[in-house]
Amino acid sequence: MIEFHLDARSGVSPYQQLVHQVRHALRLGLLHEGDQLPTVKDVVARLAINPNTVLKAYRELEHEGLVSARPGVGTFVTRTLADDNLAAHGPLRRELQRWLAKARGAGLDDPSIEALFATTFRGAAEQQDIA
Amino acid sequence: MNAVISTAGLGKRYRRRWALTDCTLDVPAGKVVGLVGPNGAGKTTLLSMAVGMLAPTTGTIEVLGGRPASGPEQLAKVGYVAQDTPTYTGLTVDEHLRLGAALNPRWDDAVARDRIRRLGVDPAQRAGRLSGGQRAQLALTLGIAKRPELLVLDEPVASLDPLARREFLQDLMEAVAEHEMSVVLSSHLVSDLERVCDHLIVLVDSRVQVAGDIDDLLATHHRLTGPRRDPETLPADQQVISASHTDRQSTLLVRTEAPVLDPAWSVDQLGLEDLVLAYMSGARDVARDERPAFEVLS
Repeated sequence: MIEFHLDARSGVSPYQQLVHQVRHALRLGLLHEGDQLPTVKDVVARLAINPNTVLKAYRELEHEGLVSARPGVGTFVTRTLADDNLAAHGPLRRELQRWLAKARGAGLDDPSIEALFATTFRGAAEQQDIA
Repeated sequence: MNAVISTAGLGKRYRRRWALTDCTLDVPAGKVVGLVGPNGAGKTTLLSMAVGMLAPTTGTIEVLGGRPASGPEQLAKVGYVAQDTPTYTGLTVDEHLRLGAALNPRWDDAVARDRIRRLGVDPAQRAGRLSGGQRAQLALTLGIAKRPELLVLDEPVASLDPLARREFLQDLMEAVAEHEMSVVLSSHLVSDLERVCDHLIVLVDSRVQVAGDIDDLLATHHRLTGPRRDPETLPADQQVISASHTDRQSTLLVRTEAPVLDPAWSVDQLGLEDLVLAYMSGARDVARDERPAFEVLS
Protein backbone atom coordinates (compact mmCIF):
# COMPACT_ATOMS: atom_id res chain seq x y z
CA MET A 1 0.00 0.00 0.00
CA ILE A 2 1.28 3.48 -0.77
CA GLU A 3 0.41 6.80 0.82
CA PHE A 4 -0.34 9.84 -1.29
CA HIS A 5 0.77 13.39 -0.59
CA LEU A 6 0.00 16.69 -2.30
CA ASP A 7 2.28 19.58 -3.12
CA ALA A 8 0.13 22.69 -3.18
CA ARG A 9 2.80 24.81 -4.84
CA SER A 10 3.71 22.56 -7.75
CA GLY A 11 1.17 24.03 -10.20
CA VAL A 12 0.32 20.43 -11.15
CA SER A 13 -3.33 19.64 -10.60
CA PRO A 14 -4.06 17.31 -7.65
CA TYR A 15 -5.38 14.49 -9.83
CA GLN A 16 -2.22 14.51 -11.93
CA GLN A 17 -0.11 14.43 -8.78
CA LEU A 18 -1.90 11.25 -7.70
CA VAL A 19 -1.41 9.67 -11.14
CA HIS A 20 2.29 10.59 -11.09
CA GLN A 21 2.75 9.12 -7.63
CA VAL A 22 1.24 5.77 -8.65
CA ARG A 23 3.31 5.66 -11.85
CA HIS A 24 6.40 6.57 -9.85
CA ALA A 25 5.74 3.78 -7.33
CA LEU A 26 5.19 1.32 -10.19
CA ARG A 27 8.41 2.38 -11.86
CA LEU A 28 10.45 2.04 -8.68
CA GLY A 29 8.91 -1.32 -7.88
CA LEU A 30 7.15 -0.06 -4.71
CA LEU A 31 3.86 -1.37 -6.09
CA HIS A 32 3.49 -4.86 -7.53
CA GLU A 33 0.85 -6.63 -9.52
CA GLY A 34 -2.10 -7.43 -7.25
CA ASP A 35 -1.36 -4.67 -4.72
CA GLN A 36 -4.33 -2.60 -3.67
CA LEU A 37 -4.41 1.18 -3.98
CA PRO A 38 -5.85 3.13 -1.03
CA THR A 39 -9.65 3.35 -1.22
CA VAL A 40 -11.19 6.61 -2.39
CA LYS A 41 -12.58 7.23 1.08
CA ASP A 42 -9.16 6.70 2.68
CA VAL A 43 -7.44 9.12 0.32
CA VAL A 44 -10.19 11.70 0.76
CA ALA A 45 -10.11 11.45 4.54
CA ARG A 46 -6.32 11.62 4.67
CA LEU A 47 -5.63 14.44 2.22
CA ALA A 48 -8.87 16.43 2.53
CA ILE A 49 -9.34 16.35 -1.22
CA ASN A 50 -12.34 16.00 -3.47
CA PRO A 51 -13.47 12.38 -4.06
CA ASN A 52 -13.88 13.12 -7.78
CA THR A 53 -10.18 13.97 -7.94
CA VAL A 54 -9.25 10.50 -6.69
CA LEU A 55 -11.79 8.83 -8.98
CA LYS A 56 -10.45 10.77 -11.95
CA ALA A 57 -6.87 9.72 -11.15
CA TYR A 58 -7.88 6.06 -10.75
CA ARG A 59 -9.89 6.17 -13.99
CA GLU A 60 -6.87 7.51 -15.86
CA LEU A 61 -4.65 4.76 -14.43
CA GLU A 62 -7.30 2.20 -15.38
CA HIS A 63 -7.46 3.62 -18.88
CA GLU A 64 -3.69 3.12 -19.16
CA GLY A 65 -4.15 -0.51 -18.13
CA LEU A 66 -2.10 -0.11 -14.95
CA VAL A 67 -4.88 -0.80 -12.45
CA SER A 68 -8.35 -2.26 -12.47
CA ALA A 69 -11.29 -1.51 -10.21
CA ARG A 70 -13.25 -4.34 -8.60
CA PRO A 71 -16.59 -2.81 -7.62
CA GLY A 72 -17.16 -2.96 -3.89
CA VAL A 73 -13.65 -4.27 -3.20
CA GLY A 74 -11.11 -1.72 -4.36
CA THR A 75 -8.61 -0.79 -7.03
CA PHE A 76 -5.74 -3.18 -7.76
CA VAL A 77 -2.49 -2.98 -9.69
CA THR A 78 -2.59 -5.08 -12.85
CA ARG A 79 0.74 -4.21 -14.41
CA THR A 80 4.04 -2.81 -13.23
CA LEU A 81 6.25 -0.37 -15.08
CA ALA A 82 9.47 -1.50 -13.46
CA ASP A 83 10.44 -4.72 -15.28
CA ASP A 84 11.58 -3.63 -18.73
CA ASN A 85 12.75 -0.21 -17.56
CA LEU A 86 14.88 -0.81 -14.51
CA ALA A 87 17.62 -2.50 -16.51
CA ALA A 88 17.95 0.56 -18.72
CA HIS A 89 18.37 2.94 -15.77
CA GLY A 90 22.05 2.14 -15.19
CA PRO A 91 23.41 2.87 -18.69
CA LEU A 92 21.17 5.94 -19.01
CA ARG A 93 22.41 7.29 -15.69
CA ARG A 94 26.04 6.78 -16.76
CA GLU A 95 25.38 8.60 -20.04
CA LEU A 96 23.75 11.45 -18.16
CA GLN A 97 26.71 11.64 -15.78
CA ARG A 98 29.09 11.90 -18.79
CA TRP A 99 26.88 14.62 -20.25
CA LEU A 100 26.85 16.51 -16.94
CA ALA A 101 30.65 16.33 -16.79
CA LYS A 102 30.79 17.72 -20.32
CA ALA A 103 28.38 20.55 -19.45
CA ARG A 104 30.43 21.51 -16.39
CA GLY A 105 33.57 21.29 -18.52
CA ALA A 106 32.00 23.79 -20.91
CA GLY A 107 31.59 26.19 -17.96
CA LEU A 108 27.87 25.79 -17.18
CA ASP A 109 26.89 26.16 -13.54
CA ASP A 110 24.11 24.10 -11.92
CA PRO A 111 21.21 26.53 -12.57
CA SER A 112 22.25 26.82 -16.25
CA ILE A 113 22.35 23.04 -16.56
CA GLU A 114 18.92 22.71 -14.98
CA ALA A 115 17.48 25.42 -17.24
CA LEU A 116 18.99 23.83 -20.33
CA PHE A 117 17.64 20.42 -19.37
CA ALA A 118 14.16 21.80 -18.58
CA THR A 119 13.79 23.72 -21.85
CA THR A 120 15.13 20.82 -23.94
CA PHE A 121 12.89 18.35 -22.11
CA ARG A 122 9.83 20.55 -22.65
CA GLY A 123 10.74 21.17 -26.27
CA ALA A 124 11.11 17.44 -26.91
CA ALA A 125 7.81 16.71 -25.13
CA GLU A 126 5.99 19.28 -27.26
CA GLN A 127 7.56 17.91 -30.45
CA GLN A 128 6.22 14.53 -29.41
CA ASP A 129 2.77 15.98 -28.77
CA ILE A 130 2.65 17.40 -32.28
CA ALA A 131 3.92 14.19 -33.87
CA MET B 1 -25.89 22.42 -17.87
CA ASN B 2 -27.51 20.74 -14.90
CA ALA B 3 -27.42 23.54 -12.33
CA VAL B 4 -28.04 23.46 -8.57
CA ILE B 5 -28.08 27.26 -8.41
CA SER B 6 -29.06 29.36 -11.38
CA THR B 7 -29.38 33.14 -11.23
CA ALA B 8 -30.33 35.76 -13.81
CA GLY B 9 -29.87 39.48 -13.28
CA LEU B 10 -29.87 38.88 -9.54
CA GLY B 11 -29.50 41.95 -7.33
CA LYS B 12 -29.80 42.84 -3.65
CA ARG B 13 -29.99 46.31 -2.13
CA TYR B 14 -29.58 47.08 1.58
CA ARG B 15 -31.21 50.49 2.06
CA ARG B 16 -29.23 52.61 -0.43
CA ARG B 17 -26.26 50.28 -0.99
CA TRP B 18 -26.27 47.52 -3.60
CA ALA B 19 -24.50 44.41 -2.29
CA LEU B 20 -25.05 42.51 -5.53
CA THR B 21 -26.08 43.80 -8.94
CA ASP B 22 -27.06 42.01 -12.12
CA CYS B 23 -25.44 38.69 -11.18
CA THR B 24 -25.96 35.88 -13.67
CA LEU B 25 -24.36 32.52 -12.98
CA ASP B 26 -24.88 28.76 -12.97
CA VAL B 27 -23.49 26.43 -10.33
CA PRO B 28 -23.15 22.91 -11.77
CA ALA B 29 -24.70 19.93 -9.93
CA GLY B 30 -22.88 16.96 -8.43
CA LYS B 31 -19.70 18.89 -7.71
CA VAL B 32 -17.91 20.67 -4.95
CA VAL B 33 -17.91 24.25 -6.16
CA GLY B 34 -15.65 26.94 -4.75
CA LEU B 35 -16.80 30.54 -4.76
CA VAL B 36 -13.91 32.96 -4.44
CA GLY B 37 -13.65 36.71 -4.67
CA PRO B 38 -12.50 39.79 -2.76
CA ASN B 39 -14.41 41.13 0.25
CA GLY B 40 -17.53 42.91 -0.92
CA ALA B 41 -17.84 40.88 -4.12
CA GLY B 42 -21.30 39.77 -2.99
CA LYS B 43 -20.50 36.15 -2.06
CA THR B 44 -22.33 36.10 1.27
CA THR B 45 -25.30 37.98 -0.16
CA LEU B 46 -25.51 35.51 -3.04
CA LEU B 47 -25.34 32.47 -0.74
CA SER B 48 -27.88 33.99 1.68
CA MET B 49 -30.32 34.38 -1.21
CA ALA B 50 -29.63 30.81 -2.39
CA VAL B 51 -30.73 29.41 0.97
CA GLY B 52 -33.64 31.83 1.29
CA MET B 53 -32.36 33.90 4.22
CA LEU B 54 -32.61 36.99 2.00
CA ALA B 55 -35.05 37.85 -0.75
CA PRO B 56 -33.74 39.29 -4.03
CA THR B 57 -34.39 42.95 -4.85
CA THR B 58 -34.14 42.29 -8.60
CA GLY B 59 -33.76 39.29 -10.88
CA THR B 60 -34.35 35.60 -10.23
CA ILE B 61 -32.64 32.76 -8.41
CA GLU B 62 -33.50 29.08 -8.72
CA VAL B 63 -32.07 26.42 -6.41
CA LEU B 64 -32.51 22.71 -7.26
CA GLY B 65 -35.29 23.75 -9.63
CA GLY B 66 -37.28 25.65 -6.98
CA ARG B 67 -37.52 29.05 -5.35
CA PRO B 68 -35.33 29.31 -2.22
CA ALA B 69 -37.23 28.67 1.04
CA SER B 70 -40.52 28.40 -0.88
CA GLY B 71 -41.79 25.56 1.34
CA PRO B 72 -40.84 22.73 3.71
CA GLU B 73 -39.74 20.50 0.83
CA GLN B 74 -37.36 23.11 -0.56
CA LEU B 75 -35.98 23.84 2.92
CA ALA B 76 -35.26 20.14 3.49
CA LYS B 77 -33.21 19.93 0.29
CA VAL B 78 -30.75 22.69 1.18
CA GLY B 79 -28.29 22.72 4.08
CA TYR B 80 -26.54 25.90 5.17
CA VAL B 81 -23.50 26.50 7.35
CA ALA B 82 -23.30 30.26 7.78
CA GLN B 83 -20.19 32.39 8.16
CA ASP B 84 -18.22 31.61 11.35
CA THR B 85 -20.29 28.42 11.83
CA PRO B 86 -22.78 29.76 14.39
CA THR B 87 -24.36 27.49 17.00
CA TYR B 88 -26.65 28.13 19.99
CA THR B 89 -24.20 28.92 22.78
CA GLY B 90 -26.68 28.07 25.58
CA LEU B 91 -27.68 24.67 24.17
CA THR B 92 -25.70 21.48 24.69
CA VAL B 93 -24.35 19.38 21.82
CA ASP B 94 -27.06 16.80 22.50
CA GLU B 95 -29.75 19.48 22.41
CA HIS B 96 -28.44 20.62 19.02
CA LEU B 97 -28.85 17.09 17.69
CA ARG B 98 -32.37 16.76 19.15
CA LEU B 99 -33.28 20.13 17.63
CA GLY B 100 -31.89 18.96 14.28
CA ALA B 101 -33.95 15.77 14.50
CA ALA B 102 -37.13 17.67 15.33
CA LEU B 103 -36.73 20.28 12.59
CA ASN B 104 -35.49 18.21 9.66
CA PRO B 105 -37.68 15.54 8.04
CA ARG B 106 -34.71 13.68 6.50
CA TRP B 107 -32.53 13.84 9.66
CA ASP B 108 -30.00 11.00 9.88
CA ASP B 109 -29.50 10.55 13.63
CA ALA B 110 -27.03 7.67 13.24
CA VAL B 111 -24.70 9.83 11.14
CA ALA B 112 -24.96 12.73 13.60
CA ARG B 113 -24.30 10.60 16.72
CA ASP B 114 -21.45 8.75 15.04
CA ARG B 115 -19.75 12.00 14.00
CA ILE B 116 -20.05 13.50 17.50
CA ARG B 117 -18.63 10.29 19.01
CA ARG B 118 -15.68 10.30 16.59
CA LEU B 119 -14.99 13.96 17.33
CA GLY B 120 -14.68 13.05 21.00
CA VAL B 121 -17.04 15.83 22.08
CA ASP B 122 -19.09 15.36 25.26
CA PRO B 123 -22.79 15.56 24.24
CA ALA B 124 -23.60 17.27 27.56
CA GLN B 125 -21.17 20.13 26.78
CA ARG B 126 -22.72 23.52 26.01
CA ALA B 127 -21.88 24.78 22.50
CA GLY B 128 -20.59 28.04 23.98
CA ARG B 129 -17.84 26.11 25.77
CA LEU B 130 -16.57 24.32 22.63
CA SER B 131 -13.37 25.33 20.85
CA GLY B 132 -13.68 27.07 17.48
CA GLY B 133 -12.80 23.85 15.66
CA GLN B 134 -15.32 21.79 17.64
CA ARG B 135 -18.05 24.38 17.09
CA ALA B 136 -17.37 24.33 13.35
CA GLN B 137 -17.52 20.53 13.40
CA LEU B 138 -20.85 20.67 15.26
CA ALA B 139 -22.27 23.04 12.63
CA LEU B 140 -20.97 20.75 9.88
CA THR B 141 -22.53 17.73 11.63
CA LEU B 142 -25.94 19.44 11.60
CA GLY B 143 -25.48 20.30 7.91
CA ILE B 144 -24.51 16.74 6.96
CA ALA B 145 -27.06 14.90 9.16
CA LYS B 146 -29.83 16.95 7.57
CA ARG B 147 -28.98 14.91 4.43
CA PRO B 148 -29.47 17.81 1.99
CA GLU B 149 -29.11 17.61 -1.78
CA LEU B 150 -27.14 20.84 -1.67
CA LEU B 151 -24.90 21.95 1.19
CA VAL B 152 -23.94 25.63 1.20
CA LEU B 153 -21.02 26.78 3.38
CA ASP B 154 -20.04 30.42 3.72
CA GLU B 155 -16.38 30.84 4.71
CA PRO B 156 -16.55 27.80 6.98
CA VAL B 157 -12.84 27.59 7.82
CA ALA B 158 -11.85 31.26 7.85
CA SER B 159 -11.50 31.51 11.63
CA LEU B 160 -9.97 28.06 12.24
CA ASP B 161 -6.33 27.22 12.92
CA PRO B 162 -4.60 25.14 10.20
CA LEU B 163 -5.12 21.80 11.96
CA ALA B 164 -8.82 22.39 12.69
CA ARG B 165 -9.21 23.62 9.11
CA ARG B 166 -7.70 20.47 7.68
CA GLU B 167 -9.84 18.25 9.93
CA PHE B 168 -12.98 20.16 8.94
CA LEU B 169 -12.24 19.76 5.24
CA GLN B 170 -11.32 16.07 5.67
CA ASP B 171 -14.71 15.43 7.27
CA LEU B 172 -16.53 17.48 4.64
CA MET B 173 -14.85 15.49 1.85
CA GLU B 174 -15.57 12.20 3.58
CA ALA B 175 -19.24 13.20 3.74
CA VAL B 176 -19.19 14.06 0.03
CA ALA B 177 -17.69 10.63 -0.72
CA GLU B 178 -20.35 8.87 1.37
CA HIS B 179 -23.49 10.80 0.54
CA GLU B 180 -24.39 12.14 -2.84
CA MET B 181 -24.65 15.88 -2.46
CA SER B 182 -23.62 19.02 -4.24
CA VAL B 183 -21.54 21.46 -2.23
CA VAL B 184 -20.97 25.19 -2.66
CA LEU B 185 -18.44 26.83 -0.41
CA SER B 186 -16.95 30.28 -0.36
CA SER B 187 -13.42 30.90 0.86
CA HIS B 188 -10.43 33.18 0.55
CA LEU B 189 -8.06 30.27 0.92
CA VAL B 190 -7.35 29.23 -2.65
CA SER B 191 -5.02 26.42 -1.59
CA ASP B 192 -7.88 24.81 0.36
CA LEU B 193 -10.28 25.28 -2.54
CA GLU B 194 -7.79 23.65 -4.91
CA ARG B 195 -7.83 20.49 -2.79
CA VAL B 196 -11.51 20.18 -2.08
CA CYS B 197 -13.26 21.66 -5.11
CA ASP B 198 -13.73 20.38 -8.64
CA HIS B 199 -15.15 23.62 -9.95
CA LEU B 200 -14.29 27.22 -9.26
CA ILE B 201 -16.18 30.48 -9.74
CA VAL B 202 -14.32 33.77 -9.37
CA LEU B 203 -16.73 36.55 -8.49
CA VAL B 204 -15.68 40.22 -8.50
CA ASP B 205 -18.20 43.07 -8.18
CA SER B 206 -21.15 40.70 -8.79
CA ARG B 207 -19.59 39.52 -12.05
CA VAL B 208 -18.28 36.05 -12.83
CA GLN B 209 -14.70 36.65 -14.01
CA VAL B 210 -13.95 33.02 -14.75
CA ALA B 211 -15.71 29.74 -14.02
CA GLY B 212 -14.67 26.21 -14.82
CA ASP B 213 -13.44 22.84 -13.64
CA ILE B 214 -10.16 23.35 -11.79
CA ASP B 215 -8.25 20.79 -13.87
CA ASP B 216 -9.33 22.59 -17.05
CA LEU B 217 -8.43 25.99 -15.62
CA LEU B 218 -4.95 24.76 -14.67
CA ALA B 219 -4.41 23.03 -18.01
CA THR B 220 -5.41 26.03 -20.12
CA HIS B 221 -3.61 28.86 -18.30
CA HIS B 222 0.10 29.51 -18.78
CA ARG B 223 2.64 32.10 -17.82
CA LEU B 224 4.76 33.21 -20.77
CA THR B 225 8.02 35.05 -20.27
CA GLY B 226 10.25 36.25 -23.07
CA PRO B 227 11.62 39.25 -24.93
CA ARG B 228 9.38 42.31 -24.80
CA ARG B 229 6.46 42.01 -27.14
CA ASP B 230 3.11 43.65 -27.82
CA PRO B 231 0.34 41.28 -26.64
CA GLU B 232 -1.63 42.32 -29.73
CA THR B 233 0.73 40.22 -31.86
CA LEU B 234 -0.17 36.93 -30.13
CA PRO B 235 -2.09 34.21 -31.97
CA ALA B 236 -5.86 34.76 -31.86
CA ASP B 237 -6.48 31.69 -29.68
CA GLN B 238 -4.33 33.05 -26.84
CA GLN B 239 -6.43 35.20 -24.53
CA VAL B 240 -4.31 37.55 -22.42
CA ILE B 241 -5.48 37.68 -18.79
CA SER B 242 -2.71 39.95 -17.56
CA ALA B 243 0.43 41.46 -19.00
CA SER B 244 3.41 43.22 -17.48
CA HIS B 245 6.49 44.56 -19.21
CA THR B 246 9.97 45.75 -18.38
CA ASP B 247 12.05 47.52 -21.02
CA ARG B 248 13.28 44.14 -22.27
CA GLN B 249 10.94 41.46 -21.03
CA SER B 250 7.24 40.68 -21.22
CA THR B 251 5.40 38.44 -18.77
CA LEU B 252 1.98 37.39 -19.96
CA LEU B 253 -0.67 35.26 -18.40
CA VAL B 254 -2.66 33.65 -21.19
CA ARG B 255 -5.54 31.26 -21.53
CA THR B 256 -5.41 28.91 -24.51
CA GLU B 257 -6.63 25.43 -25.40
CA ALA B 258 -3.68 24.79 -27.73
CA PRO B 259 -0.03 24.32 -26.73
CA VAL B 260 2.16 27.43 -26.92
CA LEU B 261 4.69 26.68 -29.65
CA ASP B 262 6.49 30.01 -30.11
CA PRO B 263 10.11 29.21 -29.05
CA ALA B 264 10.64 32.83 -27.93
CA TRP B 265 8.45 32.14 -24.88
CA SER B 266 9.44 30.28 -21.83
CA VAL B 267 6.20 28.60 -20.74
CA ASP B 268 5.40 27.85 -17.11
CA GLN B 269 2.58 26.11 -15.31
CA LEU B 270 0.44 28.49 -13.33
CA GLY B 271 -0.73 27.76 -9.79
CA LEU B 272 -4.40 28.23 -8.98
CA GLU B 273 -3.64 31.04 -6.54
CA ASP B 274 -1.84 33.12 -9.19
CA LEU B 275 -4.60 32.38 -11.66
CA VAL B 276 -7.31 33.59 -9.28
CA LEU B 277 -5.31 36.69 -8.34
CA ALA B 278 -4.78 37.56 -11.99
CA TYR B 279 -8.52 37.50 -12.66
CA MET B 280 -9.25 39.46 -9.49
CA SER B 281 -6.72 42.20 -10.15
CA GLY B 282 -7.68 42.28 -13.84
CA ALA B 283 -11.26 43.01 -12.84
CA ARG B 284 -10.12 45.70 -10.40
CA ASP B 285 -8.05 47.44 -13.08
CA VAL B 286 -11.04 47.44 -15.39
CA ALA B 287 -13.21 48.99 -12.71
CA ARG B 288 -10.57 51.68 -12.17
CA ASP B 289 -10.30 52.51 -15.87
CA GLU B 290 -14.04 52.07 -16.41
CA ARG B 291 -13.40 50.14 -19.57
CA PRO B 292 -15.54 47.22 -20.67
CA ALA B 293 -13.93 43.89 -19.76
CA PHE B 294 -13.53 42.58 -23.31
CA GLU B 295 -11.01 45.26 -24.18
CA VAL B 296 -8.58 43.82 -21.70
CA LEU B 297 -9.38 40.20 -22.30
CA SER B 298 -9.21 40.12 -26.13
